[in-house]
Amino acid sequence: MLDRTKAPAHFATTRFDLIRPRQVTFANGLPVFVFDAGDQDLVRIEWIVGNIFAAEDHALLNTAVCEMLLEGTSVHSSAALAELIDFHGAFLVPSFSYDQSSLTLFSLNKHLNQLLPLVREILTDSVFPERELATYIRNSTQKLQVSLKKNGFEARRQFNRAVFGTSRYGYAPEVADYERINRNDLLQLFGKQYRPENGTLVVAGKVTDEVIDMLERLFGNEWQPAGTAASVDGPPTITPAQAGELIVVERPDALQSAIRLGRQSIQRSHPDFPGLQVVNTLLGGYFGSRLMANIREDKGYTYGVSSGLASLKHSAFFTIASEVGVQVTAATLVEIEKEMRRLREEPVPETELATVRNYMMGTMLGSLENIFSHADKFKNVYFSGLDLDYYDYYIDVVNSITQAEVQRLANTYLDYDKMVKVVVGKLS
Amino acid sequence: MVSFDRFTLTNGLRVLVHQDNATPMAVVNVLYDVGARDENPDRTGFAHLFEHLMFGGSVNIPNFDGPSQVAGAQNNAFTSNDITNYYITLPAANIETAFWLESDRMLGLAFNEKSLEVQRNVVCEEFKQRYLNQPYGDVWLRLRPLAYQVHPYRWATIGKELAHIEHAKMEDVKDFFATYYTPANAYLVVAGNVETATVKALAEKWFGPIPAGQKPRRQLPVEPAQLAPRREVVHADIPQNAIYMAFHGAARRDSGYYTVDLITDLLSQGQSSRLYRRLVKENQLFSEISAYQTGSMDPGLVVVEGKPLPDVTMEAAEEAIWRELAELRSHPIEPYELEKVKNKIESTMVFAEMGILEKAMNLAYFELLGDADGFNHETQRYLAVTEADIQRQAQQLFRKENSSTLIYLANDHA
Repeated sequence: MLDRTKAPAHFATTRFDLIRPRQVTFANGLPVFVFDAGDQDLVRIEWIVGNIFAAEDHALLNTAVCEMLLEGTSVHSSAALAELIDFHGAFLVPSFSYDQSSLTLFSLNKHLNQLLPLVREILTDSVFPERELATYIRNSTQKLQVSLKKNGFEARRQFNRAVFGTSRYGYAPEVADYERINRNDLLQLFGKQYRPENGTLVVAGKVTDEVIDMLERLFGNEWQPAGTAASVDGPPTITPAQAGELIVVERPDALQSAIRLGRQSIQRSHPDFPGLQVVNTLLGGYFGSRLMANIREDKGYTYGVSSGLASLKHSAFFTIASEVGVQVTAATLVEIEKEMRRLREEPVPETELATVRNYMMGTMLGSLENIFSHADKFKNVYFSGLDLDYYDYYIDVVNSITQAEVQRLANTYLDYDKMVKVVVGKLS
Repeated sequence: MVSFDRFTLTNGLRVLVHQDNATPMAVVNVLYDVGARDENPDRTGFAHLFEHLMFGGSVNIPNFDGPSQVAGAQNNAFTSNDITNYYITLPAANIETAFWLESDRMLGLAFNEKSLEVQRNVVCEEFKQRYLNQPYGDVWLRLRPLAYQVHPYRWATIGKELAHIEHAKMEDVKDFFATYYTPANAYLVVAGNVETATVKALAEKWFGPIPAGQKPRRQLPVEPAQLAPRREVVHADIPQNAIYMAFHGAARRDSGYYTVDLITDLLSQGQSSRLYRRLVKENQLFSEISAYQTGSMDPGLVVVEGKPLPDVTMEAAEEAIWRELAELRSHPIEPYELEKVKNKIESTMVFAEMGILEKAMNLAYFELLGDADGFNHETQRYLAVTEADIQRQAQQLFRKENSSTLIYLANDHA
């Protein structure tokens, strides 16, 4: 007779195999990382450049350059570029993050000889036409106004400002900032930032020798730094708001309040980072976390609550986010404080720690399901100035962390009183 | 090409296995043939609320998530108007844990009062977060009842109103489970680093003993042909006006589904698409615009939605959309443009084979449609569509009397 009350045996994942990239350096100095695998005739190619900020308080310029990359070169108009990319069934996606700007191509191999020359043209000869800029400004301002009506969006802006002050990481554009963008500044920044010596190329998928040859010709030989010498990115000066500050943005009609809570934290290169990720997972990093168990599954205050730890080039932050019914906003903050205190004051039960360990190792294994995810894992460490050996350390920490260590980390990094608290909606 | 093996247990549960040894992981995906369309019109939102309760413990396992997490698994589910789909992704070595968990909640739920009470609250907060506390969040609460008068697609998956969820009772939960959560009404797909023989043995062991139950019969009212245009105007505290136009279109199994899909791609897939190129870029009437179809099992909707720029009147905006739709009716498209949207479909389908979860969900869904192997023939079905099909379908779709238009006008606070 089948005993359904007994769980089947399960096995802990104690290691995982990462695919190491083949590294090539092109003649112009561009580092290239190749992840070759897969049955499908497709590739993902990422051209990544480090952000260089003309002014910390005008980081919008960097966003605009990135988002306008497909708006025309001196040879092809925006419309012509779009037509060629779409006709070849490709997706060419610019994306801007805190420290890097990237252009990612998803394509079937058979179309690469048509598409790669276009990408080279975009990276070397974008012209940011006035008319397209006007459209960009108009449409982006409209979208910003819609986003500003969303409590979660506003809370994130308030949070970033409070934690990172007026630096690039704290910057949140206002509608008026869009009017400050002009074509000359875009061209100048484009010339400074989109250069092989400031770039990294990450290629994943079915990367044949033919693909590498084509990339080398177009992005090794034909992509040369032009004009003035490259600028370097200097670390920003970050002056955060007062520790523990409470910021409330009243929204009288709100049905829910958006909550953001957190502070600056440690970077991936810090020895405590993987351990703090374990603590973060316990607190709010998975469905069974203490915050979810308490605030959603016991009290039903919210659809979701989570915490996260993000490592940036020059800083890092820890954050908790949720949207909760307005009448339970204050009660939610009390519970968050309680859960943080419990991690500091009481040792975590060994069974709970084992669950988190297994969960983290299982999901790490699960996040490596195709060649693109191997490339992503690599980027995480590479842009933190580390190499793939980091994951050996990570595995070691996750598998061996003790109750005492969890408590030490909670006491070092999770102090509710020092966290900035943002509420957009209603607090009482 | 996604290959698979298929067998049926004596209790009627259909099982599909897809082997992919490139991953150390496995997915166990269970699709139940029940969605919001099967709900009582006075108790809407129930299929989705029920999905939440499926995580509240089952007859022999008091806590679903704990054992799942211990086995290194990630699990989740979603509900649509047509189906409810559950999945667990975990290291392949631990696959039996997923069989144990999924089979026990198919066998019976714990029917725990506390879980019902909490999940009622959680779903009400979800309702607020996604539908009420967002600008334009209530679009589907308005557009569905405008476009459908009879068919249960007239309500959204989340339900018509908060009160329906607040009043859900344990008795309803039990009835719903008994009716719909039977082996005969489910599709089990296992994908990843697995062997068919192992899956077969595990399926027999864990799912085999579950009593067969009945395959519920579905008798839904048929939406009558729409004979006159419909319109609703909402004044709301939003930063920008918006327009949503819905047309009755194809059902998922109609051959017209593929034609309609290509029509919406022509209109708004990529920056070279017609609506984006002409109405956002050239004529600068909209800040954003898109077109898509709902792709539901029963005849669905084709929706065109956009936000006109502040200096553009709603009349001008609406007229511009109609002009584009009329052109598809009156002029056959060039072979080049059709080839363009087909090329996009081709690459999208290749990229869709990159993950085991996506493959498992697709196999389950296509099996529900009639044959899982249909997934392997999707690209051909798109490629078979002709210029003449596009024009004929556009003529059928884009008629004033087939349209339901929802307009949001921003309250003026200036």
